[in-house]
Amino acid sequence: MTVFDEMIGQQRVVESLREAARGVGMTHAWLFTGPPGSGRSVAAKAFAAALQCAAAEPGCGVCAGCHTVLAGTHADVEFVRPQGLSVGVKEARELVGRAALSPSGRGWQVMVIEDADRLTEGAANVLLKAIEEPAARTVWLLCVPSAEDLVVTIRSRCRVVSLRTPAADDVVAMLQTRDGVDETTAEFAARASAGHVGRARRLATDKAARDRRAAVLRIPSKLSDVGACLDAADALLKSVNAEVAELTTELDEAETASLKEAFGEGGSATGLGRGQSGAAITRGASRAASSALKELEGRQKSRATRTTRDALDRALTDLAGFYRDVLVLQLNAGVDIANTDRATEMQALAENSSPESTLRRLDAILECRVLLDANANPLLTLESLMLRLRDG
Amino acid sequence: MLAPMSTKTKTAAVTVVVGEEELLVERAIAACVAAARAVGGDVRELVATELEPGQLAELTSPSLFGDEPLLVLRDVEQTGKDVADELIAACRAATDAEEARLVLVHRGGARGKALLDAALGVGGRRIDCAKVTKPGERIDFVRAEARAIGATLSDDGARALVDAVGNELRDLAAACAQLGADTDGRIDAAVVARYYRGRAEANGFAVADRAVEGRLGEALEQLRWALAVGTAPVLIASALAQGVRALAKVGSAASRGLRGGDLAREVGLPPWKIDRVKAQLRGWSPAGVAAAVHAAAEADAAVKGGGTDAGYALEKAVLAVVAARDIR
Repeated sequence: MTVFDEMIGQQRVVESLREAARGVGMTHAWLFTGPPGSGRSVAAKAFAAALQCAAAEPGCGVCAGCHTVLAGTHADVEFVRPQGLSVGVKEARELVGRAALSPSGRGWQVMVIEDADRLTEGAANVLLKAIEEPAARTVWLLCVPSAEDLVVTIRSRCRVVSLRTPAADDVVAMLQTRDGVDETTAEFAARASAGHVGRARRLATDKAARDRRAAVLRIPSKLSDVGACLDAADALLKSVNAEVAELTTELDEAETASLKEAFGEGGSATGLGRGQSGAAITRGASRAASSALKELEGRQKSRATRTTRDALDRALTDLAGFYRDVLVLQLNAGVDIANTDRATEMQALAENSSPESTLRRLDAILECRVLLDANANPLLTLESLMLRLRDG
Repeated sequence: MLAPMSTKTKTAAVTVVVGEEELLVERAIAACVAAARAVGGDVRELVATELEPGQLAELTSPSLFGDEPLLVLRDVEQTGKDVADELIAACRAATDAEEARLVLVHRGGARGKALLDAALGVGGRRIDCAKVTKPGERIDFVRAEARAIGATLSDDGARALVDAVGNELRDLAAACAQLGADTDGRIDAAVVARYYRGRAEANGFAVADRAVEGRLGEALEQLRWALAVGTAPVLIASALAQGVRALAKVGSAASRGLRGGDLAREVGLPPWKIDRVKAQLRGWSPAGVAAAVHAAAEADAAVKGGGTDAGYALEKAVLAVVAARDIR
């Protein structure tokens, strides 16, 4: 077992990362690129573990170094996982400070930024100098879908590692051996997710995710008239919001409660007298508490927006997959179709429409994703999309 | 005409101004302050939340020249318990005073009700300044305003003025004063129309209604007014979307044969709104509605930063919605 086992279908990349961990071709900044689901952050984490590994062959997966990195508790590995919509200048400055420290162990000070495409331009410029000439034992690992997502100045200072979309067979094997999923489910999940490893695992292990996907794929056959399109948009948004509420509500409440407790609200003993000066101090404290609470609410709102967008994006990706298969059928392209479970509907649609209209529908979906990312009203945008999917 | 001092009616020692209508509250306070100043009294005005416990005694004590001051306290419902208790005591103590001693300004509502009741219980004078919400009340208000400045305001003039100037009492009062000063004192609908032409409560919904009814000129005029009075473009875009969405929902539900209560439940709109949408639906085809939805979606994206000029995007959307009405 090694730390690189988690990287599915990336043998060539694994080789070069192993070499680098041994010291051959090691450099101070790495850029992991690859399509969504190809395992950018998994690769970055595995590499970070290999860099902290004490074994002769780096990346043993069992030593204390490997183990603590994989568990996310290693003192010299900083993971930055943006939960909100962006990473700002303030956070970037903190990272620069952290990157200047020497590692506490024998290995490297590793700075991992997952979703580095969420760095604002200002934040990227703040990081630039630290990435270009980091301290002697500091290494940066940045993850982005494609190198173009980062400003060119940062891109040019990194060694690029390109991950590819793993083959369906690799994903099937991974699901079977690691998650113990039966073969049919694994096959289905690997195809339906089109090489997105995380999504495949979710589909294979979570029934709710399968149900949501099935509901999305039923949409195209429901778009009979204008009212039905509006209903479909409404239903899709409601199911996404329910999914998001499930994910975020509990977390939000726990965070709010712990913050309130930290400021002594609801606690019995505040330690302050009821006298004149005591009252003044309490007032000051409650002002600080309410401003901290406001800030937390802002962060939570940003996270909820991001989660909603991600969930909508998943649904739209599934929908695009459906029309992609229809196009495959129409053109007799001779490649596998992904959504085998909806074959009859796709066949019917393929016969009743032209490839041109399928392409227009695909364009509409892509355009809708761009608009949603630009903060357009989700309901209205989806309604417009559904109407365009109906008209072809 | 001032009455001789000896027969002067006793002014209330404690006055409580209750309500949220800012203009009326300010006027009530101003009247109390003016009355106190007229007899040479000292006036101290402050916000009740700034009071520290114990400070009240100092504030209500006589100044160097012997007079006890009139104390105006705002936001009394926000006070903590200590200060509220002191205030109640102060009200009791002030009851027998010859001059006005305390003006308490209370927003109404449940908060700080004990203080309000206590102040009224010891014989405090209550001035109600409840928020004016109904159109009828606004018409009464402008009538009273006109009377106060010695002008005559006809019924249709009052209605036209409220329609044209809007809901803010301060604006209405200013408009009355302006019209009274500019005319010979007789204000009717024609006079109002001459000074306040076109600008009703211009908002996104008016724009949306005119647009889906196919009245292009009026829709654009409303749009310009709405932007000119500072309505956020995002709100106008969203009103337009709601208008178009209502068309689509009611249209498709009605074509499925739904009527009355079933229809209202299905589309989730109140019955009066449905009747209005049904009237607007005349002349629309399903394809036209679809085109209108696209136009609204495009405008929404444009006003949120997708375009460079929100006003242009909205005008384009209004034009597109009106044009969509003719799509067969």
